[in-house]
Amino acid sequence: MRLRLLACAVLVLLAIPGCKREQRVFDPGAAKSQVANGVALTDVHAGGGTAPPSPAKYQESAYAVSEGKRLYNAYNCSGCHAHGGGAIGPALMDAEWIYGSRPDQIYSDIVQGRPNGMPSFSGKIPDYQVWELVAYVRSMSGQLPTDVAPSRSDEMPVAKAEQARKKEHPEDESQQKVAQP
Amino acid sequence: MNAVVTQTGMTEAERRKAAQLERIWREPPGFIGWFKAVHHTTIGKRYAITAFIFFLIAGLLAGMMRLQLAFPEAHILSNDQYNQFFTMHGTTMMFLFAVPMMFEALSVYFVPLMVGTRNIAFPRLNAYSYYLYLFGGIMLYVAFLCNTGADRGWFSYVTLAGPDFGPGKRPDFWAQLITFTEVSALAVAVEIVVTVFRLRAPGMSLNRIPIFVWGELVVAFMVIFSLPGVVLSSTMLLLDRTCGTQFFNPAAGGDVLLFQHLFWWFGHPEVYLIFLPGTAIVSTIVTTFSRRHVFGYLVLVLALVATGFMAFGLWVHHMFATGIPQIAESYFTAASMMIAIPTGAQIFCWIATMATGKVVLKTPLWWVLGFFFTFILGGMTGIFVASVPVDLQVHDTYFVVAHFHYVLIGGAVFPLFGALTYWFPKLTGKMMSEMLGQVTFWLFFVGFNITFFPMHVVGIRGMPRRVYTYPAGMGWTTLNQIESLGYILLFVSVSLFLWNVFRSFRAGEPAGPNPWRAGTLEWATSSPPPCYNFLHLPTVNGREALWDAAPNQPVVVGLDEDTRSFLTTRTLDAEPDSKEEFPAPTFWPLLAALATTAAFIGSIFTPWGITIGAIPIAVTLIGWFWPVKQAAERRRAREIWQTE
Amino acid sequence: MTILSAIPGFHGDQTSLNPVGPGAARIEHTFAVIFWITAVVYCIVLFTLVVSVYRKRHSLDTMPDPQETSAASDRLAERAVAGAMIVTAALLFVMLISSFRTSRALGKMNDDQALTIDVYGHQWWWEVRYPNTNGPYKIVETANEIHLPVGVPIRIHGTSRDVIHSFWAPNVQGKRDLMPGYDTDLMLQINRPGRWRGQCAEYCGEQHAHMSFYMVAEPKEQFEAWLNAEAKPAVAPGTQQTVHGQQVFLTHACVMCHTIRGTAAGSRVGPDLTHVARRATIAAGELPNTIGNLGGWILNAQALKPGCRMPPNQMSGSDLQDLLAYLETLR
Repeated sequence: MRLRLLACAVLVLLAIPGCKREQRVFDPGAAKSQVANGVALTDVHAGGGTAPPSPAKYQESAYAVSEGKRLYNAYNCSGCHAHGGGAIGPALMDAEWIYGSRPDQIYSDIVQGRPNGMPSFSGKIPDYQVWELVAYVRSMSGQLPTDVAPSRSDEMPVAKAEQARKKEHPEDESQQKVAQP
Repeated sequence: MNAVVTQTGMTEAERRKAAQLERIWREPPGFIGWFKAVHHTTIGKRYAITAFIFFLIAGLLAGMMRLQLAFPEAHILSNDQYNQFFTMHGTTMMFLFAVPMMFEALSVYFVPLMVGTRNIAFPRLNAYSYYLYLFGGIMLYVAFLCNTGADRGWFSYVTLAGPDFGPGKRPDFWAQLITFTEVSALAVAVEIVVTVFRLRAPGMSLNRIPIFVWGELVVAFMVIFSLPGVVLSSTMLLLDRTCGTQFFNPAAGGDVLLFQHLFWWFGHPEVYLIFLPGTAIVSTIVTTFSRRHVFGYLVLVLALVATGFMAFGLWVHHMFATGIPQIAESYFTAASMMIAIPTGAQIFCWIATMATGKVVLKTPLWWVLGFFFTFILGGMTGIFVASVPVDLQVHDTYFVVAHFHYVLIGGAVFPLFGALTYWFPKLTGKMMSEMLGQVTFWLFFVGFNITFFPMHVVGIRGMPRRVYTYPAGMGWTTLNQIESLGYILLFVSVSLFLWNVFRSFRAGEPAGPNPWRAGTLEWATSSPPPCYNFLHLPTVNGREALWDAAPNQPVVVGLDEDTRSFLTTRTLDAEPDSKEEFPAPTFWPLLAALATTAAFIGSIFTPWGITIGAIPIAVTLIGWFWPVKQAAERRRAREIWQTE
Repeated sequence: MTILSAIPGFHGDQTSLNPVGPGAARIEHTFAVIFWITAVVYCIVLFTLVVSVYRKRHSLDTMPDPQETSAASDRLAERAVAGAMIVTAALLFVMLISSFRTSRALGKMNDDQALTIDVYGHQWWWEVRYPNTNGPYKIVETANEIHLPVGVPIRIHGTSRDVIHSFWAPNVQGKRDLMPGYDTDLMLQINRPGRWRGQCAEYCGEQHAHMSFYMVAEPKEQFEAWLNAEAKPAVAPGTQQTVHGQQVFLTHACVMCHTIRGTAAGSRVGPDLTHVARRATIAAGELPNTIGNLGGWILNAQALKPGCRMPPNQMSGSDLQDLLAYLETLR
């Protein structure tokens, strides 16, 4: 009996990382606190609402990160930031962060926009997709666990797979630098 | 029939010999001893029980799928769950049930008995292969419980299973499961080839080998030639996913069709791996219950071998819809239809055997008759899918689902249930209930046809495979509901079978060594067989060793009785060749399997898994092969004796 | 064949048994040849089996002694088996020839003058492109609905941008896989006007079950008219409501993925919506294109088709009404 309990406990313990990594939330629901859309305007939604998972969940779900990767190209982030190496916009795969490297800071960058060309996507990208993009952007500099970060893409190889990248260490994880004009 | 040796009525000398053999051959006792066991009957039983458990699990998954499909646009399973369920169902049935049961379990248990030797060749490798298979299966199901169940189909086509469209670790666990089961099957294949070629009883020349053994031998060769294909494809997939290689990346010169070719190079012979043991069982049961030598032995053997060869020439018929050049289409259509000829020959020979024998209609033979009704129908629909134009319509529809369930359940599961009923007395020493057995058969037969026959119709009406739901008003709903009802009968039937096994195991009639009065050598020993298999190693005088035995059929003498000694014979004529010695039971196969498991699972998460994992594997292999002084000395003495 | 389709609740717009083009008709012919041969053979073989078992059955009480056999006693059986083998081979040959003839006929449908339509498989919808010789746009783009002139050879030129899909409208023609890295051609022709349903036949992920399309076969003039209308840019919004609706489209997430030719929306992630109101269904053939379905789809597509690429969208009730009014004008 003890043996069986132990076995169950081991299974549950094993299940925790697996569940998080493999979680696939298809219907994030229409939550009221969608910052990206400004204030909540209405309760009109179909299919019933469930609370969206906390932003940290996106960083732990391989599915969310792969969605982020898809959206990064679909929404043409690559048009300015290339595949992380930077072009018109700054590089995203290094340790240099003008406005900070924390998830909430990257989130604000996307939603609010930044001077010198970064547009605001407020209202254009649903909240949960912004978080998926944030998770993917962080994977570009090796901030996510390797079993969550994406592998190589089905396209022309341009850089190491995100999961194979060295983890960069941004100098100021906590304080925002002021942009130099 | 005097070669039959029973435990009763032994002379004093025989009793002493039995005690001596028992001391040398018995498996180590106790809980610890369980992990050291290397005898083929022990490992064979473990294979069979494990594979049957996986069969039950996959069957339950199928039940959930049938429930979901009983109603249009149902939400009993989410699409994510359904995709995992159908993938796990297919993967389990193919890799964890069908091949391990039809090939590994049956051949490991019965081939050494049927060729009349004391153990399988390379018994430690055999134990190792079982542990790898078990650990691979456990790994897949732990992953499944952790929401990491494979969800890209049992074939895991790229690019859907590739790094971009298969996020997370689900396809990686699938790919490594393949590695586990393939290493295990390859190990058993080598053992079977060597056992059949070198360990046969004296007198069992090639033309006297039982058909069942021929079948498993052909399968063993097919395993050796086909499995490298899938090992390559799944390993390349894993490399693409974890190491960033570009094998299947179309933009970097990779090729999505390469995966399909490699996969089906294995995947088509796979079908024959599963169904040739089925036909071998049918030959065995038909012979015993028709009370005559099988009609057309040579034709049957040649048909097995021919099927084994041809099976490698038709893999492309799984890929007709990809757009194949017309000349290749014609070739693969012709080859696919051609394979009906050896299969037809087998069927006609079996019918001829029954038509000219005395047919005793007991449960095993009922299952074989069920095999005829279902498998031949599956073979007929196989002609539809072999024809390129027709295949373009029915490919990837429920018609194909119906076709391969008729072929695989008809061709393998029906004979398997027959085989389990037939050999249950040998395994346990008890008879199964005849009445329950026939009820089980009829429930299964009716349930099977209710479940799978409407799938032909639903497929022709345009329902594709692998859909988690379907719209109402397509003309599919009623038929799907009938199919789901059929599942209930199948469920009841298999439960009844389990009850029959349980009841017979506890309180069945004692069977005696040869309850069916059959002719092959496994019936020449007590039921269940002792740990040394045969008190006197038999010799053979005809195709059915017990039926054809001479009045004073000699036995093998002169083997050492204080070691695990056995006789090797020559491949063609089975003339005695040399004396060899089996290794003793040991922990090392278990430890080596654990080390291999660690390396395989590690490589899912890091490319370094194999590199680092190779170190403990090497250590355990060194321990495994560390020479034992006494055994080495004995071998030297034997060699000197033999050269003199 | 008729027995199979005579079961109630069967419309026959997605089945290989109701062919409306020469491709599917040829295949059905071979299907019938194989069906009748195999059905007869199946019955004969099993009849023989049942009769032999019945005639030779023995009491269950004992297992009798094995019977002596000799070459002489098996001679009759030998002849029977050899005869059966010859008949088997001959019948296989007949079916093989029938199959080859159909393959050749399908191959001969290849026609350089055929109207070429590009079909791209996406997870989980179909992008359809027509060449356009008149008008400013050289390519006419639509989704999930393929209009065709009746009685004219068509070439479906297909490929995929993500995973392998399979293009299959069973009434019209056999299936053809659309594969990343490969271009595949499928020749077809429809001889009967009507709407014929098709569906993706290669497992392509979460919404493989909801990836269908319609082939709309219509007389040539009607088709030309449709193509000309389809080639035009979207109509400019006329009323205050639709003007606002367009604004909603351009300022919300819609614009990130969809194109409406003639406006600033030009993204190519999702289906082209320039003439969305002319299509009969939305969500890859899953839902009828009504204002209610469209509204529900916009608000929470994930509840209708979990895992699809269309995100849930939040907007006020009036914004949604205006947006829907605008989309309804895109004819």
